[in-house]
Amino acid sequence: MKHTLRELMVVAAAREIRDGERVFVGMRLPLLGFAVAKEIHAPNAVGIFENGVIRDWPALDSIFTMSDPPNVARALYCGSLLDVMGLLQSGRVELGFIGGAEVDRFGNLNTHWVEENGKRVRLPGSGGAADIATLAGRCIIIMNHEKRRFPSRVRFITSPGHGEGSGWRAAMQLPGGGPSRVITSLGLFSFDPVSREMILSSYHPGVAVEEIQSQTGWPLRLAGDLRETAVPSAEELAAVRKYDPRGVWTS
Amino acid sequence: MNKVCSLQEAISKEIHDGMSVAMGCGLESLIPFAAGYELIRQKKRDLTLIAPISDIQFDQLIGAGCVKKVIAAWVGNVAAGLGHNFRRAMEEGIPRKLEVEEHSNFTIGLGLRAAAMGLPFLPTRTARGSDFSTDEQFRPLVCPFTGQELLAVRAIAPDVSILHVQRADQEGNAHLWGNLGVVVEAAAAAKKVILTCEEIVERELILSDPNRTLIQGFFVSSVVHAPLGSHPSPTQGYARRDDDFYFDYHKESRTHEGFERWLDKWVLGVKDHRGFLAALGEERVHRLKPEGNLFSPPVSFNI
Repeated sequence: MKHTLRELMVVAAAREIRDGERVFVGMRLPLLGFAVAKEIHAPNAVGIFENGVIRDWPALDSIFTMSDPPNVARALYCGSLLDVMGLLQSGRVELGFIGGAEVDRFGNLNTHWVEENGKRVRLPGSGGAADIATLAGRCIIIMNHEKRRFPSRVRFITSPGHGEGSGWRAAMQLPGGGPSRVITSLGLFSFDPVSREMILSSYHPGVAVEEIQSQTGWPLRLAGDLRETAVPSAEELAAVRKYDPRGVWTS
Repeated sequence: MNKVCSLQEAISKEIHDGMSVAMGCGLESLIPFAAGYELIRQKKRDLTLIAPISDIQFDQLIGAGCVKKVIAAWVGNVAAGLGHNFRRAMEEGIPRKLEVEEHSNFTIGLGLRAAAMGLPFLPTRTARGSDFSTDEQFRPLVCPFTGQELLAVRAIAPDVSILHVQRADQEGNAHLWGNLGVVVEAAAAAKKVILTCEEIVERELILSDPNRTLIQGFFVSSVVHAPLGSHPSPTQGYARRDDDFYFDYHKESRTHEGFERWLDKWVLGVKDHRGFLAALGEERVHRLKPEGNLFSPPVSFNI
């Protein structure tokens, strides 16, 4: 079966979720990824939403926001933002998904402001992203891969990644592990365990490494076992299409 | 004491220029849009708005010139992206310059909880690596027990919180359910609370389920009956989300002139919330109501 790029990204997100993990899910692609992971390899994963909803199964219908009624009805729990942020702060959330307008070589994210043609463009701000980036056991960043979104250093750190690299999070006493993976429209990245720099670990089918380099604002480091991104299996694709039958998020 | 009044009376009596107002504290649901439109009709000015994320409510009030400052984690349009009025205010000072006190969702909640508990601040481990954490609403703090480095979040005490709930009695004892965001914190942090609600019910119904009385009447100064008062945001059990309204707003507010036309059509050109619902039309209102019920069975409180 032929897959779309978005379906590939959803499946890449799903594969990051391990069985039994508590996951700050977010919306759009990771929300679908959570449903796919539950269906295939992580039946005991629990989804946590910053509005106070905890669900151990997918929403009853497609949703645009985490507070839409199909995400609330028949949830495991409904409470307050501070309840779920408390789970995050006390180390009970293993994984969180975040995105942004800019990401840099150490996985720092900016959703505050950028410059276009010398003019400042104001973006919406942190929401819960800074909390997830600081406190979750590990973070997965999902981005469209364009040069303007991949500067060597973000203009403003909204959601901290590995800061300036080796030892930075420990020195700042940030409790969570920081970003472990970046899923982009061109490839997948991991982080060097020592230097904490982003490393290209796979390129999506049909994408050349040179293209990824040309869309990235610093000299890319390549993984020793750099390879093509594993395409979705028939089972994974069927699960994506079950939860996005009209292709609202994945066409 | 019977605190029931009209939305016009509540806004005119409780909200004055220059006040700080928490609204939209359920995150993407229970946002008191009807009350926001009344703030615009009554030309309230120099307000400080407080909430983590209020979907397009803050963008509307900013575009209408009501706002001097926002204390927020995120301002935009959740399903559609950026808030055009927020951008114009921040980038070009249109219709006026805007100050932002930057927060994360967690720190807004902690600031409100601090005020609700009578504390000047609460400590947290979040946001310490974020560039906004050096702003004046935050201070570094060392734990007196462990020596751990923490961030102190200054208390946030709104003059008024405007909250939409499912049902309340005439004293303002309110039942709400679904995701709660920071609604309960906002009620207890504020000097006054205006409730807008889907239904006004008898006290006996409130007393039947005390675990659900998340806002007590002694916090509340005005109770307004405003069915669909959270439109286009959802109210669990009473109203679905009107997704198209957000997408249309995003398109129409792309220019300031376009936003003013939007405002004329939906806010200034209608007299009140009833007029707004008439402008939406019966068919659209009908589509937003959930079909049937998904009841939670009663529990016994028998002695």
